[in-house]
Amino acid sequence: MMSISRRKFIDCILRFLIYICSTFSVLLLLGIIGYVLIRGISEVNITFITSVTSVLKGTVGIAGNIVNTLLIILITMIIATPIGVGSAIYLNEYARPGRVVTAIEYATETLTGIPSIIFGLFGMTFFGEKLGLGYSLLTGSLTLILMVLPLITRNTQEALKTVPSSYRNGAIGLGSGKWHMIRTILLPSAMPGIITGAILAIGRIVGESAALLFTAGSAKLLPKGISGFLAKPFQSGGTLTIQMYLSATSEGDFETAFGIAVVLLIIVLAINLATKVLTKRFDVTRKE
Amino acid sequence: MKRKAFIEKTAKTLCELCAVVAIFAVCAITIYMFMKGAPALKEVGVFDLLFKTIWKPTASEPSYGIGFIILASVVGTTTALILGVPIGLLAAVYISEMAGKTTGNIVRTAIELLAAIPSVIYGLIGMMVLNPIMFRFEQIIFEDDSSHQFTGGANMLSAIIVLTIMILPTVISVSTSSLKAVSDTLRAASLALGATKEQTIFKAVIPAAKSGILTGVVLGTGRALGEAMAITMVAGGAVNIPLPFNSVRTLTTQIVSEMGYAQGTHRQVLFTVGLVLYIFIMIVNYALLRARKAGIDDVD
Repeated sequence: MMSISRRKFIDCILRFLIYICSTFSVLLLLGIIGYVLIRGISEVNITFITSVTSVLKGTVGIAGNIVNTLLIILITMIIATPIGVGSAIYLNEYARPGRVVTAIEYATETLTGIPSIIFGLFGMTFFGEKLGLGYSLLTGSLTLILMVLPLITRNTQEALKTVPSSYRNGAIGLGSGKWHMIRTILLPSAMPGIITGAILAIGRIVGESAALLFTAGSAKLLPKGISGFLAKPFQSGGTLTIQMYLSATSEGDFETAFGIAVVLLIIVLAINLATKVLTKRFDVTRKE
Repeated sequence: MKRKAFIEKTAKTLCELCAVVAIFAVCAITIYMFMKGAPALKEVGVFDLLFKTIWKPTASEPSYGIGFIILASVVGTTTALILGVPIGLLAAVYISEMAGKTTGNIVRTAIELLAAIPSVIYGLIGMMVLNPIMFRFEQIIFEDDSSHQFTGGANMLSAIIVLTIMILPTVISVSTSSLKAVSDTLRAASLALGATKEQTIFKAVIPAAKSGILTGVVLGTGRALGEAMAITMVAGGAVNIPLPFNSVRTLTTQIVSEMGYAQGTHRQVLFTVGLVLYIFIMIVNYALLRARKAGIDDVD
């Protein structure tokens, strides 16, 4: 039998370790944010955001990378959102439990676990080489669609599950067709969940680098005019993360790297805040 | 009426097609990884490729042994788990068992944000903060050792520390939810029998939540194995035996660093490196399925 004082001593140590470990995680976050801000905030100004790095003009800027990032987000989300939502609707509303559903759910799960570098290799060989899209924003976006699909499907499914079945029965009972019911009753009720999933997906895209390195390339010039923007998806373009990686490694330009890090951190924090607010509102509407 | 039936049918078919995309994607990725990764195995030879350790892809007599690369991934992931899981589990215990509402929320939010930070930022901070510290240690430890190749601090140890930090959010959030799912009657019963709070946590609550915690560990394994950019930036650029102060390449960093310029057989071997990683990940996925299933059985 352990003596009481010894027991107390062990408890004390355990409690101490628990406090240390949780404090460590908080300090880690504060340390990372603080360090990046201190090193990078002085780099971020209007010129940095709105111009392109040019030796001729003597400017350092990331406007091209911002445009590339936005274009990739746009193309990816325009394609991935309908597919993800449609897939969730099928799984939740149409499908009967069975082999097909198990296979789809297992595939979605598997996609979540595949590392981004594998997506990058696949995108490079399939979209880039097989389909002949080369290093382009489109290749990058098509690759990212596969990556964010599970995120959107899962969140939409969760949201659909919270819609009470009385809504469904009520609409069907009043003579509505199934699709009409889904479109007018289910999707609006599930909208906060769908939007949360979409925002999380955007966050994933903003932070992604390994899947884009060999698919979207690293060009950083701004497209010129409307025709330039229209042609841009078929051209190479580096996102913020890619430029940051190149600045910190092959270019050895740590000022720019930290400047981009600040921009990335701000975007990521904003996205997290947005999902938090949305989830909270979602919960409130559910309780009513 | 006919039109309505048509719309209904089209909508269902479209949704069905959307759902099948995921299956197609997984099949296509699997087929491509094998198709691209297999040729080098035949060309170089399975044994020479996987178990030899000399990596000289561009020499006049090239050697494509990726043994050390595989070893570095395995050692790095294992060590990161050994360090990260206890820290993560204890932090999860704090959030679930000891924290008040406000402090618990603060820690939880911090963990969510840590998970959201892009891996290149972890890499950058590793380069600027961790590597100089490691270089100091290196200079002290290997002061009189002329055979040691100095790495400037970009070494295995840096990679392990970055990986440990990067798997923490996964381990913590999954463990927290499984600890919270443990019924309060169990805690009450343990306390009523005279156990202290700490005894209750470590002897009753954690064992009850073990399959959920295991799920977190497996997810963390996948994350550590697949992490690419952050370790590329901190682990150095040479293929070496994965000792703490050696510059190393892992499966992921090997692809990131050389895919840009590799040609011919060299390129094919890099796809084999991808295939090895993919097979590891499939094993992890299978383990995950088993862990989840064990979790469901526990609840029943």
